[in-house]
Amino acid sequence: MTALDQAGAPPRPAPARRDWALPPALRHPGVLFGLAVLALVLVAALAAPWLGTVDPVQLRPRLRLRPPSGAAWFGTDAFGRDVYSRVVYGARVSLMIGFSVAAVAVAVGLAIGLVAGYVRFLDAVVMRVMDGVMAIPSILLAIALVTLSGANLLTVIVAITIPEIPRVARLVRGVVLTVREEPYVEAAIGAGTRLPLLLWRHILPNTIAPLIVQGTYVCASAILTEAILSFLGAGIPTEVPSWGNIMAEGRQAFQLAPWVILFPGLCVAATVLAVNILGDGLRDSLDPRLARRVGSLR
Amino acid sequence: MMSRFIAGRLAATLPVMGVVAVIVFALLRLAPGDPAAILAGDAATPEQIAAIRARLGLDQPMLEQFGGWLWRLLHGDLGTSIISNQPVARLIGDRIEPTLALACTTILFAVAVAVPLGVVAAWRHGTWVDRGVMAFSVIGFSVPVFVLGYLWIFGVAMNLRLLPVQGYVSLAQGFGPFIERLILPTLTLSVIYIALIARTTRASMLEVLGEDYIRTARAKGVREPRVLTRHALRNAAVPVISVIGLGIALLISGVVVTESVFNLPGLGRLTVDAVLARDYPVIQGVILLFSALYVLVNLGIDLAYLLFDPRIRY
Amino acid sequence: MSTAPVLDIQGLTIPLPRVGDRAHAVEALSLRVAPGEILCVVGESGSGKSVTAHAVMGLLPPILRASGGRILLQGEDVLAAGRARLRALRGSRMAMVFQEPMTALNPVLKVGAQIDEVLEAHADRLNARERRARVLALMRDVHLPDPERMAGAYPHQLSGGQRQRVMIAMALANDPALIIADEPTTALDVTTQAQILKLMRELQARRDAGILFITHDFGVVAEIADRVAVMRYGRLVEEGSAAAVLRNPQDPYTRMLIAAVPDAVPPPPRPRPAPVAPVLATKALEKTYGGGLLGRAGRTVRALDGVTVALQPGETLGIVGESGSGKSTLARCIARFVDPTGGEIRLDGEDIAGLSVRALHPHRRRVQVIFQDPYRSLNPRRRVGPSIVEGPLNYGTPRETAWARARDLMDLVGLDAGALDRFPHEFSGGQRQRIAIARALAMEPDLLIADEAVSALDVSVQAQVLDLLEGVRARLNLAILFITHDLRVAARLCDRIVVMLNGQVVEEGETAAVFANPRHAYTRALFAAAPGAHRAAPAASGAAPALDDVP
Repeated sequence: MTALDQAGAPPRPAPARRDWALPPALRHPGVLFGLAVLALVLVAALAAPWLGTVDPVQLRPRLRLRPPSGAAWFGTDAFGRDVYSRVVYGARVSLMIGFSVAAVAVAVGLAIGLVAGYVRFLDAVVMRVMDGVMAIPSILLAIALVTLSGANLLTVIVAITIPEIPRVARLVRGVVLTVREEPYVEAAIGAGTRLPLLLWRHILPNTIAPLIVQGTYVCASAILTEAILSFLGAGIPTEVPSWGNIMAEGRQAFQLAPWVILFPGLCVAATVLAVNILGDGLRDSLDPRLARRVGSLR
Repeated sequence: MMSRFIAGRLAATLPVMGVVAVIVFALLRLAPGDPAAILAGDAATPEQIAAIRARLGLDQPMLEQFGGWLWRLLHGDLGTSIISNQPVARLIGDRIEPTLALACTTILFAVAVAVPLGVVAAWRHGTWVDRGVMAFSVIGFSVPVFVLGYLWIFGVAMNLRLLPVQGYVSLAQGFGPFIERLILPTLTLSVIYIALIARTTRASMLEVLGEDYIRTARAKGVREPRVLTRHALRNAAVPVISVIGLGIALLISGVVVTESVFNLPGLGRLTVDAVLARDYPVIQGVILLFSALYVLVNLGIDLAYLLFDPRIRY
Repeated sequence: MSTAPVLDIQGLTIPLPRVGDRAHAVEALSLRVAPGEILCVVGESGSGKSVTAHAVMGLLPPILRASGGRILLQGEDVLAAGRARLRALRGSRMAMVFQEPMTALNPVLKVGAQIDEVLEAHADRLNARERRARVLALMRDVHLPDPERMAGAYPHQLSGGQRQRVMIAMALANDPALIIADEPTTALDVTTQAQILKLMRELQARRDAGILFITHDFGVVAEIADRVAVMRYGRLVEEGSAAAVLRNPQDPYTRMLIAAVPDAVPPPPRPRPAPVAPVLATKALEKTYGGGLLGRAGRTVRALDGVTVALQPGETLGIVGESGSGKSTLARCIARFVDPTGGEIRLDGEDIAGLSVRALHPHRRRVQVIFQDPYRSLNPRRRVGPSIVEGPLNYGTPRETAWARARDLMDLVGLDAGALDRFPHEFSGGQRQRIAIARALAMEPDLLIADEAVSALDVSVQAQVLDLLEGVRARLNLAILFITHDLRVAARLCDRIVVMLNGQVVEEGETAAVFANPRHAYTRALFAAAPGAHRAAPAASGAAPALDDVP
């Protein structure tokens, strides 16, 4: 349709695109919805003690497996702990994991991707290592890491982060390889701009939009992975409630007390859904061309 | 031309497998803390820890360890289980059938459902059909596999009593019982895969439908179904089949979980049991196997490109 | 005209979606094409000519819908036709040839099958064997060599010209009454363009179809049109017989368009100072792609094969060649965006061909490049000012000096100083190219390389940018290396011309001398192929060799 574009649309200024592309993105309904849900969960997590919760780790053997009621909104689990309170406190761990995995994976992946994209002789080696990491199923890699170094918040975060890094690195490398061919980058080289400044000024800005999008997807994926790790018995110990380990503990009594899995399950699904919708919205509004680079290969 | 391409692709998988081997090897050796102590558990005596260390060869020099380990690996020796003292290769062999069965039914079902969904969504871009497919896909990405599994069990099996809830019957004992027990696991596991493939198909089709040659086909007076299949889908196929391959990674994670939910005695259960028992050699064996599988499937898919795109050659 | 027109467009109006600087893509347009007639619709980008063509075919995207008027194809209103009827008309009674033969053919289907498909979709009576015979006959009609073999080829195995022949064969398949050709030769090399135009004239004579031929190039009009319609901003500006419009244009816009087409006649050579030391001299420059570590012999491409050129201060040297000639590689080697594999590049006598990145740094500023695509040569995220002062600041120019010079340069290239505070997307293509020129001049270079710097611009804008380059050269005594595929443009600007073919220089000389007496057969072929050459200047005597475009 290039011919048509030229003929139909006279040189019309592209929609204002400034240094920082977020403001128009904030008008996207998906972005607004995602941010709103995320903000709600965040507030709930921070304000947990004041939201009608009781001590989430207190064992009350006489109140085991009670169905949801006015006293215990989400029922109680096999140890008589209040599921509602555990879910609200559990949001802290799940969000913490989501955000920190996203931040670390994006930072490390960005560094690796930049090096691979701009230092030719390292490219092949670095990318083969990334391929190798990607070839190992992420859950199994995380399981192995957690099994070997003991389960705690830090190891779980590291274990979830490592398999996410190659995807970010590949994305950044792809952007760098495309952008470095752009005439304006060559013009800057011709103007004597040296490498560090070239990367910072002309290449890096192009990675911001894709990285924001990819970061939200990583965040969503990390929250899910935590749930799965806990479910498989390789997650955070249950003294600290997380959505994953609440559900893991509900497995045995699932047929008697489905609410122990159902409510945290809904919370995971709703939060991850919100983050995914946020990611899709950011992708559509920040840069439609990303649709294929990011959207298809989470 | 073609044999050179195939040889090139084959050669390219070797370094990847090498990297996998090094990572898996290094995991145990470079893990922070004393892996032997962690594997032995909290109540272990120093003698037990030393026994595990000797068992895993952790008391030898690093390079020697790697050489011996790789040598045995190349001869099919995946090590011995700490718990059952059985060779890991045999444990895997005993458990591989249900996993492969579930993986195959899932891939077949997911592709059969997802590709038409993606094509229709792209063709009817912007309509409620498109929005429905996209909504399904984003929800499919967001619900944890096991929650989905329990929902199925709760709805279909427990309340409606339509299908057996759990367990596995080998294909050798008849197709009916075999497939009956795979229906719910397949439905559970395929949701995320359908989401992935449908989304990719849609994106790829949307891009192709904007190409000049689609306009050419329409200008020739070619009928729309034929434009969609012969002209668009064939060109859109490469990203779709490549995501089917990359999605294997997603599938493997899902298999492990699904087997636990539906009590299928496959590799996933083997892994979970090994995690609980801290039986690292078994975990390591399963990782190596799955990684090799992933690399091989993607090699096959690279070769499949040759069927779809005449421009690829080397 | 006694016969009924095959195409009769009456008062066609197509509104543009709300945003945009005008309300209509096409407004109250009326056109007629008689059987056996070629009507050229001429206009610059945004004139609505392509929208019109797509409207006739019923191929407009859904956001563009005709709001008024009729499009009668042999008396039947296409705008009123339902989807099924439209499909039946397309490919049988009307057919279209598109601009980009590279992308208009399906890459995964054999070309024979793609031609066959038109027959299959419409001529139900033919069986597979009859269709096969017809496909081969069509391929012979468009002079594709060895049809049996070529029918089994995929598009990527064909050259651009061959692909366009396949497109034409597809359009002809069911003997349509109307053929729409939308810039069918714009993407092709000039020698290939000449052959395709010749083919279309020949088929025209045989088949009596009406042709609606969309183009932006009055040279092409001169070659092929019976009648001409000039469009601007969606409206018809002027219409008449080709001879009348070309010789005696009435509307000022038409006159401007015709005047802006550089004729293939060089201006008289301007007096030049006595020869001094060259600012640039390459010696046996070579660039070979492929090979490398794996050493796949036989798969190397010699993009540059012993190129020796020299250029003096104040001189403009034109490098003319078609795609694949190596002209752009030469530019990129001299600017050191790619590393040459052999030979010398001397800047004021000093060889920079093998310098390391670090050693090259002080020399970089002396060679500046203006790129082809004005939409990609400025960083979209940076304001114009910082883009212009970036280079001087890299070389230690004080900030105030650099900015003051940037303001002067804006004036020099004909923009106001306020432009420095704006973003590239706020400018048109021609304005961006002016900015790119200012950015290059900010470095105070000795040598300016213009790599197809006006090819992406409309002819009227092209003329202005060429004037600017000429003025800059004169004022600053610059040396300009002007890379182009278009002899007419080269003739206008260049003191000397080098013609390249397959990475080698095949002809070199003063522009006027080369034009008056081309020595190499390829140069003569280029002249013969230049659109409009036949009418503008009946020069270029001697039979041009049959240079078939090779893949």
